[in-house]
Amino acid sequence: MNDHIPADRIRLSRRRFLQVLAGGAGVLMVGIRTASAADAPLPLAMLGDTFYDLGAYVRIDSDGNVLIGARDPDTGTGVATSLPRIIADELDADWNTVSVVALGLGVSDNNGQPRWTYGHQVGGVGGSIPAAWNDLRQVGALARWLLLQAAAHRLGVPADKLRCDAGTVIAPDGRRFSYASLAEDASKIALPNNPPAVKTPDQYRLIGKPAGDVDARAIVTGQMQYAIDQHYGEALVAVLAHCPWPDGTLAHIDTNDTLAVKGVVKVLQLKPEPGQLLGNTVIAPAVAVLAEDTWSALQGRQKLKLEWKPGASGSESSNSLEQQAGALLAGKTDPTARVRNDGDVDAASRKAARRLDAIYYQPWLAHATAEPMNCLVRLDKDHASVVVPTQAPQKAWAVVQRLTGLGPAQIEISVPRIGGGYGRRLDHDYVAEAVMLAKAVDKPVRLLWTHGEDLDHDYYRSGSVHQLSAIIDHKRQLTGWNQRLASASALIHRGVPDNRLWTSELQADQLPAALVPNYRSDWYALNASIPRGPMRGMPQLSNAFAVESFIDEIAHSMKEDPLDTHLRLLGAPRQLSLSAGGVLDTGRLTNVLKLVADRIGWKNWLHSVNGLGIACWHVDGAYVAHAIEVAMQGEKLIIHRVVCAVDVGRVINPQGLEGQVAGATLDALSIALNLAITFKDGQIQQHNFKDYPLASMAQLPNAVEVIVVPNDDLPPTGASLLAMPTAAPALANAVFRATAVRVRRLPLMKELLRLL
Amino acid sequence: MAPVQAQAVPVTSENAIVPEKARDGIDLEINAERYRHTGDPQMPLLWYLRDVLRLTGTKYAGMRGETGADLVLLNGKAVSAVAQPMAKLAGKSVTTVEGLAANDGSLHPVQQAFIDEDAIGCGYCTPGWLIAAVDLLRRKPNPSDDDIDQLPNLCRCGCQTRVRRAIKRVAAGKAGQA
Repeated sequence: MNDHIPADRIRLSRRRFLQVLAGGAGVLMVGIRTASAADAPLPLAMLGDTFYDLGAYVRIDSDGNVLIGARDPDTGTGVATSLPRIIADELDADWNTVSVVALGLGVSDNNGQPRWTYGHQVGGVGGSIPAAWNDLRQVGALARWLLLQAAAHRLGVPADKLRCDAGTVIAPDGRRFSYASLAEDASKIALPNNPPAVKTPDQYRLIGKPAGDVDARAIVTGQMQYAIDQHYGEALVAVLAHCPWPDGTLAHIDTNDTLAVKGVVKVLQLKPEPGQLLGNTVIAPAVAVLAEDTWSALQGRQKLKLEWKPGASGSESSNSLEQQAGALLAGKTDPTARVRNDGDVDAASRKAARRLDAIYYQPWLAHATAEPMNCLVRLDKDHASVVVPTQAPQKAWAVVQRLTGLGPAQIEISVPRIGGGYGRRLDHDYVAEAVMLAKAVDKPVRLLWTHGEDLDHDYYRSGSVHQLSAIIDHKRQLTGWNQRLASASALIHRGVPDNRLWTSELQADQLPAALVPNYRSDWYALNASIPRGPMRGMPQLSNAFAVESFIDEIAHSMKEDPLDTHLRLLGAPRQLSLSAGGVLDTGRLTNVLKLVADRIGWKNWLHSVNGLGIACWHVDGAYVAHAIEVAMQGEKLIIHRVVCAVDVGRVINPQGLEGQVAGATLDALSIALNLAITFKDGQIQQHNFKDYPLASMAQLPNAVEVIVVPNDDLPPTGASLLAMPTAAPALANAVFRATAVRVRRLPLMKELLRLL
Repeated sequence: MAPVQAQAVPVTSENAIVPEKARDGIDLEINAERYRHTGDPQMPLLWYLRDVLRLTGTKYAGMRGETGADLVLLNGKAVSAVAQPMAKLAGKSVTTVEGLAANDGSLHPVQQAFIDEDAIGCGYCTPGWLIAAVDLLRRKPNPSDDDIDQLPNLCRCGCQTRVRRAIKRVAAGKAGQA
């Protein structure tokens, strides 16, 4: 069926790969000279002139092997497949001869400052494909150009008389020259002054064609080495007992029983300064048990006798923060930020025929990755080797650099495939811990957090309270919209100015902004000390649930088909400018909405035995809609059908896209159905996956029907989070049709059973 | 030059090299190979596999194996490796994800079906799903949706619908076919 990577491809280590790249006969090295998207939180000064660095991605050896580097960490988003395919297509490589290498961090020393070899190196935040589209096509095009020049020299034929096909150059007389036979010559050809032209879309052979994951075979045979699977022979295993409060202190410690456990080598305290920031994140104090193996370390940890003293956060609870939010929204205080203010909401309100109000509540969430936080560190006198599941290797580098004082190129960061990220691995507290421990014991350290540590010491998504008001005029038009949101910003302690803290919570351009003449959105900051951080689908997830549920309520109040309400709101196909740049194309949004409606049989929505729900959203220039069909069987909610349509512009790998859309849909349903983090006295109350119950197979739909809108004239957008925002509101809207119960508080199952 | 004569060293009780006696331990079979565990009998199989044998396909899945990523076949039945102290495993036969493929590298139909149906997210929990699927298909070669619903595994990447397709593909005898 699909062109898979053949078995037994050699997987060179990154170091070997780079050595090979650095020289050797018959090896063609190709780099790019280009700018690429910056990682926002990184200080510009640190980037130096790295945007103009020469990096290496492609290697063709004289045996015919084509190695292509994948620069962005793959957290399950498929970039290890899609990025190399972009290069391979421009190169006209035979995909069956391509091996993909996870590149790890590319950094060199530029007078003591780091130069990032590969430009963009961030995974799992939706930026990989757009960045690759900007620069990685040139990588392949340049390699292809060099090979064509080499063939032209050899044949004495102008390069434009030659063509390429699946790893060969074909002469006008039909003679074929493999890339392998040309690689050595090509590697000696001077780079052109101007980048060679990239392909026109009609020339694509791989882009737009389905491909399986390059790591699939390694994964199903258990050979895939995640960071958690790697080791240095003499490394000590470290497990931690963190202080329940990030600002707490250790009052008493007794390590006797721990040290008596066979295999336990040492017990160490990690005592960050109060509020110390490493890699932009607060680190809680901890006690580390270092042992020869994991089992001994875990036993040792269990036998620790620890007393922790709470800090100021020790009185905080999720309930008290929700009350704080309620008080803020009920009061008359000015918002922390007025995010958008179009027209005059108050004037529209005075002319209203009808006004509708609702309050939506959403819980705190944890990242709950499958692979827990872990990090393998080996420190030598003039070198640090770090193997780590990180979504942002450049930020991990900064943490290691700061703790070791090593030069930029003395720090090697390997990033194998990652067992889920969702934003958790944009923070590097666990890297800091591993480095500090390795320094203290003068031995390599393999740090392992348990899932309990992950859940209890996360950088959480804030709970939120959304107060929504809709103003409807005498012609049944939605003329005014007011959203007031109270939440705790994820950006605190992250060098973001106070007047931008709202950006993690609310989007100025979210629906129905730009569609309603009088539109106002305000953000109220919660005063909270519990750590927060970026999370996949933030801030779309919570806002889309509130807004798209509320539009369904508006439809119901007007006794209108919610699809019609949506279509009236979106209006004629047109492009509306967005305040953050880009446009909202109402035609594309309408299209995905109609597609899911048609597929699920929306015509019958009013008379359907089961409940039907619908929702749509737009995310960074991409469009998504869900239609969901549910029924209640006693206290069981059965999700019969889920349809999702997406318009992402050009599709790089349709098979990968389908997986991302189906996967994000199921994750969003799982979150909406079950998940909530609560805390009391500053302590998290969920410690494992029984307390934080990801949806079971039985709770989830049997299938997700994915519709991809062909839109190849537009550049590709990221898709890893696209399908998240609309799943929960479509579900809740369907539940309303099935039960007449409007769920305004998540998680849905708990609230539904309470209300039924 | 005359060749150097090998010099015989007289063996005394001080310098005799005597092979150590076989250590006592727990004998078991893993992926059709025999092993003897000589460490702590209470060590869970998970850490024996991962730390001692470096068979890392079986993943840490929570202290009680909540996500199912640490499932292995114990005498053919799927169990959580973290819940199996080595002491209980004498004479038992364990199959891990590394043992599913044939010796010649050809994949088990379930492995092939997971590739065919793209039933992979980040891939971390995939070994556990594979073991659970093999166990299910052994008990019920043609499982219903309700049977598949009973799988204990969790997945945050949302591969469940594709896992379902993969299991049905195996049941239909179509693994490896387009």
